[in-house]
Amino acid sequence: MRILTITRSKLFLLIAGILFLSGRVLAGDPESQAAHEADTHDTTATAEHNDEEFKAGEFIVDHVTDKYDWHLWGPHSDPVSIPLPVILYSSEAGGLSIFLSSKFHHGKEAHNGYMLKEGHIEREDGAAFYDFSITKTVTEILIASLLMLWIFISAAKAYARRPGQAPKGLQSFVEPIILFVRDDLAKASIGEKHYKRFVPFLLTAFFFIFFNNLLGLIPIFPGGANVTGNIAVTFTLAFLVLIITLFVGNKHYWGHILWMPGVPAWVKIFLLTPIEVIGVFQRPFVLMIRLFANIAAGHIVILSFVCLIFVFGSSSAAGGWGFMPVSMAFALFMNAMELLVAFLQAYVFALLTAMYIGACVEEPHHAEHH
Amino acid sequence: MNIHGVLLLNPLLSPSYGLIVWTLLAFLTILFLLKKFAWKPILNALSEREESIQNALDSAKKAKEEMASLQADNEKILNEAKAERDKLLKEGREMKDAIIAEAKSKAQKEGERLMAISRENIHNEKMAAITELKNQVATLSLEIAERILKEELSSQEKQKTLVKALLDDVNLN
Repeated sequence: MRILTITRSKLFLLIAGILFLSGRVLAGDPESQAAHEADTHDTTATAEHNDEEFKAGEFIVDHVTDKYDWHLWGPHSDPVSIPLPVILYSSEAGGLSIFLSSKFHHGKEAHNGYMLKEGHIEREDGAAFYDFSITKTVTEILIASLLMLWIFISAAKAYARRPGQAPKGLQSFVEPIILFVRDDLAKASIGEKHYKRFVPFLLTAFFFIFFNNLLGLIPIFPGGANVTGNIAVTFTLAFLVLIITLFVGNKHYWGHILWMPGVPAWVKIFLLTPIEVIGVFQRPFVLMIRLFANIAAGHIVILSFVCLIFVFGSSSAAGGWGFMPVSMAFALFMNAMELLVAFLQAYVFALLTAMYIGACVEEPHHAEHH
Repeated sequence: MNIHGVLLLNPLLSPSYGLIVWTLLAFLTILFLLKKFAWKPILNALSEREESIQNALDSAKKAKEEMASLQADNEKILNEAKAERDKLLKEGREMKDAIIAEAKSKAQKEGERLMAISRENIHNEKMAAITELKNQVATLSLEIAERILKEELSSQEKQKTLVKALLDDVNLN
């Protein structure tokens, strides 16, 4: 119940945040009222370059969205950043082109006919192309993946080195969580008979989310990328869950979804079957939104507290300095809460995945609950 | 500004396919690698350890039970040994008594036998002596009779008288 409460309040914050930010973005430029929607973003940014007034909305969106370089420090117009590989493919214009994002000079120059405009790559000639760049989020995923491989493979080696002995060092850090996922998530939700083959996926998903959540809370490199708060990432994870539930569902499961026994035919055709079929897709969809919303909202809230300092500072320097302790106290509190959320959301994702799988492989003689 | 514009503009809500592809690739790779090199060895080691702990607990419980039953057995054996000892002592005492009694009866019998033998010997000796005596008495009697007869039948007269007397006796019969 507590988890649901946090989720709901976060979702509200997120929606409020999105509306607020979008409002700021649009309201920041008088021309946007008349301009085409797609152009609005550009003109707003131009306005920002012209006068250096602090815009919290843009600052926050800039920090929670994906980037082609890893910003370290310095002003937005001329930052010190780690350039990341850009991989583009266009069958119409030049085929494959791979180069570092530093070639764009932060949007000031074009390269190979591509240019960086408002954080997005566009063709100068407007030709269609595919973008498979190693962005900031991809880099963070790779860092998290390497970290996971390193930690768990060395833990596995420790188990091989000291068979049958009590855990030590790294083992005692990972073992309780592994046991927790195995016993309290997989075994409890899927059942003694089938849980074993899903444990590797649940463990990987749990730690993937957990590690990326934690890395996202580190404000400096190699952390700080908003991975699990990016809807593409949570979409991918939820998509895998959907694929698993589609493939492991047994006859009993599909029977209950497509043709619920003991219900009149017209109810099934017009009500139950459509609802159940929607449910099959809606469950992973909710997984996607929940994780994305919680983590993105956490980042936005923390950034908002930091931004408040500069909002106050823009009216008077004393105001900024004066508000700083309050702002830092709130940001600190939110950071501590995000540590909890980092674990909680990984737990909720793995738990719900286990429960969906459990429903798919449930044996007919178990309870008939719907 | 309408809500459609907000959603289109918001970069948070527009997933990028490049990122989806990279995420999928990265996730499936670590899923495969971790499954093979981490989860399998770790989960196997954990279940092996759980099994060995369970076995250790079971065997400890079994050992405890065995200990208890051993103790009970010991007591039983001790009691049995005590009973055996008592029985042996009793038997020994009985045997001693029996041996003494037997020896006594044997000695008595032997004494009786010896007495009987000597009594018989004495009897035999006596009988022999009596026979001897009888023979000598007979010899002596014969000698005496011989002498008497010699005396009696020394004359014709006397012989006739005797025959006559004897014949008289026969007639009487």
